[in-house]
Amino acid sequence: MGRVLSLYRSSVGKKILMSVTGVVFVFFVIAHMVGNLKAFMGPDHFDEYAHFLREIGEPIFPYGVLLWVFRIVLLGCLAIHALFALQTWWTNRAARPVKYAKGLQPEESTFASRNMRWGGIVLFLFVVAHLLHFTTGQLHPDFVPGAAFRNLVLGFQEQWVAGLYIGVMFVLGLHLYHGVWSSFQTLGLNHPGYNRYRRPLAALVAIVVFLGFAAVPVAVLTGTLSLGGRG
Amino acid sequence: MDLVLHIWRQAGPTDKGSFVRYEAKDISDHASFLEMLDILNERLTERGEEPIAIDSDCREGICGMCGVVIDRLPHGPQHGAATCQLHMRHFKDGDEIWIEPWRARAFPVVKDLVVDRYAFDRIMQAGGFVSVRTSAPQDANAILIPKEKADLAMDAAACIGCGACVAACPNASAMLFVSAKVSQLGLLPQGQPERRERVLRMLGRHDEEGFGMCSNYGECHAACPAEISLDFIARLNRDMFGAVATAVEL
Repeated sequence: MGRVLSLYRSSVGKKILMSVTGVVFVFFVIAHMVGNLKAFMGPDHFDEYAHFLREIGEPIFPYGVLLWVFRIVLLGCLAIHALFALQTWWTNRAARPVKYAKGLQPEESTFASRNMRWGGIVLFLFVVAHLLHFTTGQLHPDFVPGAAFRNLVLGFQEQWVAGLYIGVMFVLGLHLYHGVWSSFQTLGLNHPGYNRYRRPLAALVAIVVFLGFAAVPVAVLTGTLSLGGRG
Repeated sequence: MDLVLHIWRQAGPTDKGSFVRYEAKDISDHASFLEMLDILNERLTERGEEPIAIDSDCREGICGMCGVVIDRLPHGPQHGAATCQLHMRHFKDGDEIWIEPWRARAFPVVKDLVVDRYAFDRIMQAGGFVSVRTSAPQDANAILIPKEKADLAMDAAACIGCGACVAACPNASAMLFVSAKVSQLGLLPQGQPERRERVLRMLGRHDEEGFGMCSNYGECHAACPAEISLDFIARLNRDMFGAVATAVEL
């Protein structure tokens, strides 16, 4: 326990924990995206998949329990990631109490890396709204528990909602572009033979996640995904 | 060439400080940036004004004493060079140049462009050394070191401790400095006995001195006169991970 605490106390340790929780989110986001794309395989398949998420782990775990384990792990990761983000923000502000009168000219940092904190805030607010929208339904115009495909299509038929989702997914892409590369650095995963693949891999993850998530609201807006006669 | 200089003047650590405009006329483009300031200081002294305080020593890019932010860039627009190695041919006649000191809580301004960088020395005292027995020198070839390792250690040892990494970092983090110093010792056999504790102590001191955390922006590398690679920061993180898991004393 003392060793974990010393990791928590040190600046590099905080980074390592932030990076590990970030990696958990990267895998979650990719799995979520793959799940969303099942909407293109038809309403029945999509609803079946939504139901399967609750059955996962049966019969070792009772109905819905493993999903809750996943949720709790994700929530724990979110707490650590957000807590350290705030601490980093605070420490770094304190590290330069007198700012440069003329500012600094960025040379190597990217738009994505300089805006991680804003991306993080946008994504946090999005996650809250997104859960109220598609999981619990308070923000949904006509939510029916269990009717995943129907909820999805109706949710995105509001144009500004679909537009907002697509915009936030772009923010997610930027956050991932710096985050994925940065996690290689922070976890010490570098080698002269492979270093040149790290940036392209981060870009690939960012682009795939953005396009994968944006595909569903775009398909609803263009009518590719609709309720048809099944309303 | 004739130049207009906006130079940060600050009487002491507690003074607020401000930019003062100076005209530097008839400067040779062969002059180094520091020589240009010498000429200005000489003229100020002749006029009975207080010369501008600025640090410098070797003036050949190896001592790490000089360093100011020139036109929003630590050590100015030339890459891989300290302020003393920057020459006026990189500027044009009539240019306006803004000159500021390094800004970080751990590097308080002493006067004008001079900052206190003892924080770096205290990080070194915390663990930036190897303990050796002093007696007759041993055979230089007794310990074999692979060429690649020796080269990499030498790349890390190129750090001159000027503080440009801290100055350039949006978080005022000294991670590039610490990573270079930890790596130059940790890569070599002589550095192994204290390797774990060294990382913990130097990083601990880094945090206590009030430097910020690393966000992997890469600005430090861009500003570094010795062009220290970001790979050393990854290596430091890896060492830290190992140290937390296995260090005997924490």
